[in-house]
Amino acid sequence: MERDDIIEYSLYTHHDEDQGKKLRKKIWMVTLLLTVVTIIEVVLGAMIKQDSTAWPYVKITFIVLTLLKAGYIVLSFMHLGDEKKVMKYVILAPYIVFIIYLIFIALTEGAYVGNALDSYGA
Amino acid sequence: MAGHASNELSTEFPWGGKVSPFSTSYGKLMMWFFLVSDALTFGGLLIAYGFTRHSAQDAWPIGEETFNSMPFLGHGYPLLYVALMTFILIVSSVTMVLSVEAGHRMDKKGVIKWLALTIVGGFFFVGSQAWEWSHFIHGSEFGKVELADGSQAIVKGHFGEIESFKVVTAGDHHKKGEEIEEDLLHTYQHAMAEGKIKHDGKSALLTLHDGSIVSVKKAADEHLELVIKTNGEKYKIGNKIEGKEALNIYGEAVYSGEKNRVIYGANLEQNEYGPQQYGQFFFFITGFHGFHVFSGVIINIIILMGVIKGTYHKRGHYEMVEKTGLYWHFVDLVWVFVFTFFYLV
Repeated sequence: MERDDIIEYSLYTHHDEDQGKKLRKKIWMVTLLLTVVTIIEVVLGAMIKQDSTAWPYVKITFIVLTLLKAGYIVLSFMHLGDEKKVMKYVILAPYIVFIIYLIFIALTEGAYVGNALDSYGA
Repeated sequence: MAGHASNELSTEFPWGGKVSPFSTSYGKLMMWFFLVSDALTFGGLLIAYGFTRHSAQDAWPIGEETFNSMPFLGHGYPLLYVALMTFILIVSSVTMVLSVEAGHRMDKKGVIKWLALTIVGGFFFVGSQAWEWSHFIHGSEFGKVELADGSQAIVKGHFGEIESFKVVTAGDHHKKGEEIEEDLLHTYQHAMAEGKIKHDGKSALLTLHDGSIVSVKKAADEHLELVIKTNGEKYKIGNKIEGKEALNIYGEAVYSGEKNRVIYGANLEQNEYGPQQYGQFFFFITGFHGFHVFSGVIINIIILMGVIKGTYHKRGHYEMVEKTGLYWHFVDLVWVFVFTFFYLV
């Protein structure tokens, strides 16, 4: 019986010079973006001090910019964006669910432990 | 056969189940699985860091104050050096992706060129990290002082330059009246840490290894500011002391003649920047990442030798470069997070 649900794949994922040109252009655009984001982060960090009232917003900006950078590295440089959808989510889902949960728990708990140490002594 | 990157992959029996999971090759998928688990390790480390930091609150050091030096240029460049390191690693990630792209066109020369540049970038990064560690371990000119009330403070301001030592009491190696002009800062800091320094009202007197006592000719420290990082009886975390009071209590602490009142740099037990765990996390997280970069460079070199020999060209595809590329990008990815959470926020 012929099966039509088998997806074939090949190691010969070659492309020609014209496609290469397009791909390289994309790579350099991503490079520019990552560099600009890093510069913005450093300038923001140098300009706004940690005791200023704007600092919490700067902090959130840093985290958003980091996730943006990470997204471009994983999806573009590591070509995860070009893989099958199911593979993409097998790799990304653990982080989206697990890490966010852990960060929330650990930081909240950490702050409480800090308060307890302050009140009752180490 | 599964796992063996041969020229021919039987589509009838690719992974033993007749279907290739996720339509990827075995090698690439396994690399992804490894990276997922490795990312959890780094995730765990950074979360442990976050927990400790949130429990220490104001005592935790501020990145832009701890890391504000540049090689050859000195102080006053907050985070610039780390940003440069980040940039180097991003660029080496770019050369890696260009190498993979050249591989897709079977352009052997292109692969060699970009992969070699990636390796150079990797060495630059590892070297930068060595400088960063060395700087972190040796510390600043002032260090951290323990004040009379038991609180600990980091010291900011302009450190007056030490011009010379003049021997006032002869020891085993030095004669009276001799001027010493070498290794001044190091000797001075060593005496401070050991509590072998006193002040007679006119100048500081320190005792050298050989038992000789020297008077220190040093310009005055200016704009001294003490920032409390550990609670004491009088001063609490976050207090800032300036002006005459700062000079007085600083002098009282460093000329007390007691050992360990001044701490310079960092080791695994103590550091001048903040709580003990800060130094430990610095060494562990950046060290673990640095070890990854170093392994990556070695793996890249091995693959580069394969490329130069033509092993992959004969095989008909450069999938090996893609796999090592995945690892290399991952190392870059981890650094992006370390940069944000260790240095920026």
